[in-house]
Amino acid sequence: MSQAMADGRLAQARAAPKRRIRLSWSDPVFRSIVWQLVIVGIVGAILWYLISNTSANLAARHIATGFGFLDRVAGIPIGESLLPYNPSVNTYGRALLIGVLNTLQVALVGVVLATILGTLIGIGRLSRNWLLAKLTAFYVETLRDIPLLLQLLFWYTLLQGLPAPRQAWNLGSAVFLSNRGIKLPLLDWQPAHTAAVVALVIGLAGTVLWNRRAHARQDATGVRPATWPVALALLIGLPLLAWAVLGAPFHVELPVLRGFNFQGGLTLSPEYFALLLGLVVYTASYIAEIVRSGIEAIPRGQWEAAEALGLGRGQVLRQVILPQALRVIIPPMTSQYLNLTKNSSLAVAIGYQDIVSIANTTLNQTGQAIEGIAVIMAVYLCISLSISLFMNWYNARLALVER
Amino acid sequence: MSDASLAVDHIPTAPRAQEKAPGLGPWAWLRANLFSSWWSTAVTLALGYVILRVLFALFEWGVVNAIWSVPYGANGMADTSVCQNAKGIGACWAVLTDKYRLILFGRYPYDEQWRPALVVLLFIGLYVVSAMRRFWRKELVLVWIAVLAAVGVLMWGGVLGLTPVSEDAWGGLPITLILATFGLAFAFPLAVLVALGRRAKRLPAVRLLCVLYVELIRGVPLISVLFMASVMFPLFMPEGLNVNKLLRAQIAFILFTGAYLAEVVRGGLQALPKGQAEAADALGLGYWQKTMLIILPQALRLVIPPLVNTFIGSFKDTSLVLIIGLFDLLTMGKVALSDPPWQGFSTEVYIGLAVVYIAFCFAMSTYSRSLERDLNRSGQR
Repeated sequence: MSQAMADGRLAQARAAPKRRIRLSWSDPVFRSIVWQLVIVGIVGAILWYLISNTSANLAARHIATGFGFLDRVAGIPIGESLLPYNPSVNTYGRALLIGVLNTLQVALVGVVLATILGTLIGIGRLSRNWLLAKLTAFYVETLRDIPLLLQLLFWYTLLQGLPAPRQAWNLGSAVFLSNRGIKLPLLDWQPAHTAAVVALVIGLAGTVLWNRRAHARQDATGVRPATWPVALALLIGLPLLAWAVLGAPFHVELPVLRGFNFQGGLTLSPEYFALLLGLVVYTASYIAEIVRSGIEAIPRGQWEAAEALGLGRGQVLRQVILPQALRVIIPPMTSQYLNLTKNSSLAVAIGYQDIVSIANTTLNQTGQAIEGIAVIMAVYLCISLSISLFMNWYNARLALVER
Repeated sequence: MSDASLAVDHIPTAPRAQEKAPGLGPWAWLRANLFSSWWSTAVTLALGYVILRVLFALFEWGVVNAIWSVPYGANGMADTSVCQNAKGIGACWAVLTDKYRLILFGRYPYDEQWRPALVVLLFIGLYVVSAMRRFWRKELVLVWIAVLAAVGVLMWGGVLGLTPVSEDAWGGLPITLILATFGLAFAFPLAVLVALGRRAKRLPAVRLLCVLYVELIRGVPLISVLFMASVMFPLFMPEGLNVNKLLRAQIAFILFTGAYLAEVVRGGLQALPKGQAEAADALGLGYWQKTMLIILPQALRLVIPPLVNTFIGSFKDTSLVLIIGLFDLLTMGKVALSDPPWQGFSTEVYIGLAVVYIAFCFAMSTYSRSLERDLNRSGQR
C-alpha cells in the first residue's frame, strides 16, 4: 500500500519537469533552447552566406548545376578498367563507375595484403630472436615516419626506371618486370574453374558447419571429433573433384614479347603496382603495431595457464591468445582499413585512375566543380560507412559476452 | 631503445622482454637471443646474411662511390656528366648539396633566406618548449601566440625594416611547418568546442551539428577537402574577394585536423570520472566554470599523447598539398628534380626528403611514447 503511494509520488516527481518553460535565464530548458537557436542560427547564416555567394558566382560564370553531365560522352582515356569502356562512346557516369571499381579493387587487395604483411611483422617484433625483433622494429619506425605520398612517388619513379620491355627482368620467363609494369602468366579461364570456385565456397560452408557440429559434440561429450580430415576433403578435395570431372583443363597464357611490348598474360601497370606497394608497405607498419600491442595486451597468465594445460605453442596462439587479442585488435584495425581506403585517393598523384583521379579530370573538363567533389565525397562516405558497419558487426560478434 | 620499443603502455603485465642473461657475458647473450634454437639460428643466419649484403651494397653506393659535388659548366648550369656515368653504381648527393637551399626554403629571395631558416628554428623551439612538462601552464598559449606572430612577421616582412615577401615566394620546410603548426593551433580550440558540443546532453541540435561535422570530415579523404579548398572555395566567396591558395589550404587543414582532434579530445572527456563533473556541480559552479576549471585541465592532460600522434599525422599529411600545387617540402623536391641537369636523380632527393620527415616524426613519436609511459606511471597508485 505504502509502496504504491511511494510509486505514485515518484511518478509525480518524475513528471515534475513537464511544467511550463519559464522565460528566464535561470531555467535550464529555456537556456538550452536559446543556446541552440543561437548556434544553429550562426551556422545556418554562414551556410546561407556561402550558398548565396556560390549561386551568384555560378550565375555570373554561366555554369549550370546538376548532374546532367553524367550522361554526356566522357572522352577520358582510361588505362585500367574492370568494365568494358570506350572513351568515344561511354559516358562520364560510366567513367566514374569505373573509377569507383578501381578504388575498391586496389583498396580490397591492399587491405588483404597489408593485413598479412602487418601481422607477420607484428609477430616478428615479439620474436625471441633479437635480430628479427630489431629488424621489424626498424621497419615499423622508418616506414611510419615517411609520408605516404613520398613513398608512392619513390616507388613509382623506381618502377619507371626499370629497363624497357626488351631488356625486361624475368623470372623463369613467366614473370616479366619492365617499365611497362609487371607481366604475370594468366590462367585460361574455363567453366571448370568456375565450378571449382563454386565447389570451394560450398566446401567452406560445409567446413564451418562441420566445425560447429564438432563444437557441439565437444560441449556434449568432452571429446572433439577430428575436424581436419573433413576440412581437407571439403576445401581441397571437392574443388579438385569438380575441376577433374569437367575435364581438368589447365592452360596458362604466358606473356610474350612482340615488338616493343608484351602480349598476353596479366598486366599490373606501374601506377597500380606502385600504389598497391606503397599502401601495403605503409599500412602494414601500422597494422604491425596494432597486432603487437594486441598480443601483448593478453596477460602472461593466459600463456602460462594454456601451457600448463599441455597445449602446444601453436595451439596456445590459435585457441587462447588470438581469440582474446582479436577483441583488442579489431577496432584500431577497422580505422586502418578505412585509412588505407581513403589513402588510395593519393593515386591521383601517380596517375592511377581511381575515383578521385577520374572525378578530377571530369570536373576539369566540364567545369562542374561542386558536383565532381560531391561525387568523390559521396563515394568515400559510402565506402567508409560500409566498412565501419561491417567491422562493428564483426566486433560485436567477437565481443566478450559478460554475465 | 629496447625499452622504448618493448614497453607498451596500457598493458598491465611485464612485456615479454628478450631473455636477459646478466653478468654472463656476450656469449651467453648471443646464445639466448640469437641462437636459442635451431629455428632461431636459421633465422639469425639468413637475416644476418641478407642484412650484411644490403648494408654493404648501400655503403658502397651511398658512401664509397658517391659523388658529393659537381663542377659548374660555362653556362652556369651544373655539369652532371660525372653523376650520369656513376648512375646505378654510386649515389649522386651532389643534387642535394646543389639544391638544398631551394628544397628547404623554396623560391624565397636568396639573400633573405635567413628568415625562413629562423622560422624553422622558431618552430622547433616552440615544439621543444611545448614538450616540456614544466611549461604546461596557461602561459604556454601566450608563447604560441607570440611565436606564430613572429613567424608571420618574419615570413611576410614589411615591418621592422624587413623587405616584404609575398606568399607566392614561400616554399619548402617553412610551408610544411606552417601548415601543420597553424593547423594544430587553430584546430585545437575548434576541436575542444566540437567535443564539448558532442557531449552536450541538453543541446540535441548542437550535438547533431557536431556529429555531422566530425563524421563527414572523417569519412572523406584529405585530398577531397583540399580539392574543395582549391576548386570550390573561390565559388564560396563574394565576387572580387580573392583568398590566396596557401590560406585556402590552411583552412582546409584546420577543418580536417579539427575533426580528428575533436575525437581525441572527446576520448579525454569520456575518460574523466563522472565524479569530477558531479563534484563541480555540487560546488555550484556554472557550466563554463566547471568546464574551464575542472574538466578541461584534467581531460586535456590525458589526451596529450594521442594529440602528439595526430600532430605527427597532420605533419605528414601536409605533403598532400603537392596535389593542389602548393610548394611544400615535397613539392620543392619535385621542383628541384625538374631542373634539366638533375632529372633522373630522384632517388637521392627522395631519400633526402625522407630523412627530414623521419627526423621530425621520429623525435615526436619517441617523445609521445615516453610521455605516455610517464603519465601512465603517475596514474598508477
